[in-house]
Amino acid sequence: MDKRVDAETMFRLNGRDVRLAPRVGERLSEALRERLGARDVKVGCNAGDCGACTVLVDGAPVCACLMPAQQAAGAEVETLAGLVAREPLAADLARRFEGQGAAQCGICTPGMMVSAVALLREAPRPSEGEVMDALGGVLCRCTGYRKIIDAVMGRAPGAVVDADGHMGAAIEKLDGRVKVTGAERFGDDVATADALVIKVIRSPHAHARFVLGDLDGFATREGVEAVLTASDVPGVNLFGTIPGFVDQPVFAEGVARFRGEAVAAVVGTAEVMAQFDPARFPVEWEVLPDVQGMAEAMADGAPQLHVARAGNVMCGGFVAHGDVGAALERAHVVAEGEFETGFVEHAYIEPEAGFAQVVEGRVEVHACTQAPVMDLDTLEQVLGMERARIRVVPTATGGGFGSKLDVSVQPFLAIAALKTGRPVRITYERTESMQSTTKRHPSRMNVRIGADAEGRISGLRFDGIFNTGAYASWGPTVANRVPVHASGPYAVADYRAEAKGIHTHCPPSGAFRGFGVPQAAVAQESLFDELADRLGIDRLEFRIRNALANGVPTVCGQVFAQGVGIRACLEALRPAWQAERAKAAQVNAGDGPVRRGVGVAAGWYGCGNTSLPNPSTIKAGVRADGRIVLHQGAADIGQGANTVIAQIFATALGVPVSRLDLVGGDTDVTPDAGKTSASRQTFVSGNAARLAGEALRAQILQRVNAGEDAVIVPGEGGVEVREGARAERIELATLETDAEGYVMRVAESYDPPTKPLDANGQGEPYAQFGYAAHLCVLEVDTKLGTVKPVKFVAAHDVGHAVNPLLIEGQVEGGIAQGMGMALMEEYLPGRTENLHDYLIPTVGDMPPVETLIIEEPDAHGPYGAKGLGEHVLIPTAPSVLNAIRDATGVQMRRLPVTPGRLKAAMGEAGHA
Amino acid sequence: MSQIEYFAPGDLGEALDILSRGGVRPVAGGTDFYPGLSAGGPRESLLDLTRIDGLRGIARQDGGWRIGAATRWSDVVRADLPPAFDGLRAAAREVGSVQIQNAGTVAGNLVNGSPAADGVPPLLALGAEVEIASAEGRRVVPLERFIMGVRQVDLAPGEMVVALHLPEPPEGARGAFSKLGSRAYLVISIVMVGVVIARDGAGRIDHARVAVGACSPVARRLPALEAALVGTVGDVAVTAAHLEPLSPIDDVRGSGAYRLEAVAELIGRVVRQANGESCDG
Repeated sequence: MDKRVDAETMFRLNGRDVRLAPRVGERLSEALRERLGARDVKVGCNAGDCGACTVLVDGAPVCACLMPAQQAAGAEVETLAGLVAREPLAADLARRFEGQGAAQCGICTPGMMVSAVALLREAPRPSEGEVMDALGGVLCRCTGYRKIIDAVMGRAPGAVVDADGHMGAAIEKLDGRVKVTGAERFGDDVATADALVIKVIRSPHAHARFVLGDLDGFATREGVEAVLTASDVPGVNLFGTIPGFVDQPVFAEGVARFRGEAVAAVVGTAEVMAQFDPARFPVEWEVLPDVQGMAEAMADGAPQLHVARAGNVMCGGFVAHGDVGAALERAHVVAEGEFETGFVEHAYIEPEAGFAQVVEGRVEVHACTQAPVMDLDTLEQVLGMERARIRVVPTATGGGFGSKLDVSVQPFLAIAALKTGRPVRITYERTESMQSTTKRHPSRMNVRIGADAEGRISGLRFDGIFNTGAYASWGPTVANRVPVHASGPYAVADYRAEAKGIHTHCPPSGAFRGFGVPQAAVAQESLFDELADRLGIDRLEFRIRNALANGVPTVCGQVFAQGVGIRACLEALRPAWQAERAKAAQVNAGDGPVRRGVGVAAGWYGCGNTSLPNPSTIKAGVRADGRIVLHQGAADIGQGANTVIAQIFATALGVPVSRLDLVGGDTDVTPDAGKTSASRQTFVSGNAARLAGEALRAQILQRVNAGEDAVIVPGEGGVEVREGARAERIELATLETDAEGYVMRVAESYDPPTKPLDANGQGEPYAQFGYAAHLCVLEVDTKLGTVKPVKFVAAHDVGHAVNPLLIEGQVEGGIAQGMGMALMEEYLPGRTENLHDYLIPTVGDMPPVETLIIEEPDAHGPYGAKGLGEHVLIPTAPSVLNAIRDATGVQMRRLPVTPGRLKAAMGEAGHA
Repeated sequence: MSQIEYFAPGDLGEALDILSRGGVRPVAGGTDFYPGLSAGGPRESLLDLTRIDGLRGIARQDGGWRIGAATRWSDVVRADLPPAFDGLRAAAREVGSVQIQNAGTVAGNLVNGSPAADGVPPLLALGAEVEIASAEGRRVVPLERFIMGVRQVDLAPGEMVVALHLPEPPEGARGAFSKLGSRAYLVISIVMVGVVIARDGAGRIDHARVAVGACSPVARRLPALEAALVGTVGDVAVTAAHLEPLSPIDDVRGSGAYRLEAVAELIGRVVRQANGESCDG
């Protein structure tokens, strides 16, 4: 007799008996999420590479995505939500995660915490090494892991208890609780049980003509509800981000231009789609010649991706100042080199996901995003539908880093919901996400930099080409930003920089933390070390000597009278630089194969759009019950906008931040706070929040004729205003309630002052820049070519720190990404389309980071604050490269510096 | 499409009966099965091996040791084993992550036939033999013959691995293992080395097993190097001739040339480690 597990599987889930009848092959993760409602179990890769789905089975952490659901029969299965609710150790760990800011976006948090609980049950006071071993299987892309380690080890919390939580207070994230209890709802967590499932059919070829077969017959055979193709796009079958460069079809029409491009989508019930194999979809391919590299794409006779873009050149950016030729001519020394970087994948742990439904003739799209209103703009065009009939509701976003600025799932969801009239959902598979969404631009940069005998820069010329892939996305932004920033934060009087975006049959390159500036910094900062050495000047002092200062024009001719903080950043590194260099010399006095190196590099980044309007609006209202509601539309993708914007608003209004209720970026009720990109939210939306807070404060004070310095004390059903001995109470119930339920309401906008760039890139591209300098200590195993970072010291001029704890979180996370870009990350279409071939740093790769906060107030920033998000990873990779050069004498000009590449370069340089 | 089923027998005989009828795919830890599963789910019935009596666990037996096929890598990490198994235990800690070690099985690592399987070099160095069963009977083959190529193992339809058998290591033997990858955890090897070394009373090596993974389609022992090590204190320079069995390829993780260079260095370190010396030089 065959012994078969009954169709019914029974086990205990978080202490209660459950029974279910999984499909053959159904993963435990799917059963937990979809049959048992345990959406605290996150799915990031379905391959055991990310660990987000970690649950305890009989106490042992396993990836629920790798376990047949039937295998859990008879077992005790525990997930984050159950652990936090039932086990004091886990509840305590949740508090510790909050106190350290150890959850940023929160998508990896369930996997991290569940793994940590298993460790803490066995070792209540684990060592750092034990924590790393226990968490080594869970990837995090936001935090840089250090705060997670601190939380698990029970180190003193970084957050403070502060009754007001105003500017400068390192309070816990206001939205942190749901992230540590498993209650946060991300893109894949909001669908209704009856939602149809969408699967996208994608091109397996980089360039191919295709013909679709009998779709009706296919739909009948498969039992699916709908098949979507270009002909189902009701409006314009194009999306994009930059006016004039809206060039990417929702569904390709006749020709696919990159591997992974969507050509159709199939919509069916969850049951049918669980057994759907895209290989059965009727499409015939005719493979066409493709170009993957930029040189090929620019060669005569290369296939052209877009008719109007001759030579596959998408567009270029240009900045010239002074006379670079003459300056290089008269320079005492000139360093030059060609530098190359590859595609970098954002690798957020949450794949793109969402849900849509039609409600009373309107379509509602719920999805993870960095830019809800831009999503709405796109849907308006793609659907050819009245804007008022579309609603975009952002879910929590499990990391973005630039890629979730572009739409991905949104058009598919909206079209499918409208076509079927039923709720629909979609979640990208990891490979699909990696194949089809944007990447960091690969670059090839030729740079020449001169210096005079005193070590002052005498001419900098930059020529870079950037592989923008098959469609424009944010490529034009990269082309424009790079020439503005390629000087680094230095006084460079004679300058010429040109950047071009080149189309290839690769996935579109788009926005990724820094928009091309991290690549440019690699070249410039590497050559700065070479110049300093050739002049016999200390590498840090060389940078300090050339640091941009107040009153000194940038390469765009922009002069800041105040707020230029790079010198302060560099000087802040001086003690660590001297101490670490001395320590490295000691280590290197031995004759082992391990050599220690110390590197330094700097960066700057203009906050907000480049010379373009870039407004944010923040709305707030007071309800009759006394609650103050902040409509905070700045997408919080883990970086902390929900907390920072609220802190700024509370400061301006003069009430404790705990009195605020937050409403997110739902386009029906919250005005446009712009996109979460270009490190603009703290600066631009922060200013709008400040203005809104001030306006609401003025309205309240005016009602009782109170002066500027009066104190507002919100309470139940009323607001009290105290001024000296006088106290007036505004009875809110007596006021008229508006259509939105508010008795008082304000909305204020801020648009940073910029001026257009002329043909030579001269003008005022940004109202403010932020500045940064990093120091990296690392060890190179010269026999194996392996690199082990030992420590980073990071100085960041943030103008005025809104929340120092969140700043540290941004710095540590940015460094992890910069380090990954320097040492291990390279996306190769067709080859590294998963998280075991494409490597991002694990907990064991990330050394301690010391963050030095510099506050050089900015005249335009809210209370002087500057943006930070992207600044962080600009100096990281060059600081790593400079430390490698310090350790080995070898200047690596191609990223990532894998062990094999470093060993080969050392061999060529004669260090066998 | 015929109805597929999920079988989870508790007894090996039943499992082999089910397997003999064909159309079933064995699954244990799932750590290779699911990543390799194509869209639309399995086309075959699944045979869950994790409930079969006697298939999990490590035990001493006549003349050596037996590791049940469904023994998890975390069982290996926790097992009380002599120092000759230190390399195997170190490799167990390097199999993916804790999550993977708690699910993935020793036999699964072998039948997957990956050139970069972490368990294979230390098992080769320990002289492992593979016990294979089918409804018709049992046979035992040395591990080096069992893995025949990339994704190719010596299993006929209806057969499955039931255990590994390891001879008792020489008195005082010590094992060591090292894996070179581009990051700290969850990484596929660029190269890896497993060794088992025993020394005589005078401190000279009298037993040497050196196996290298990720440098050839199937992990290989290096007999010439093993022979050269015997009689020495371990201070043997690794030569090209020693590495002759290897044929590393260029891939995203490293070039073939780099792999040869790195493996020579790594062998020296792992031999010194097994010899009880410091392993950083």
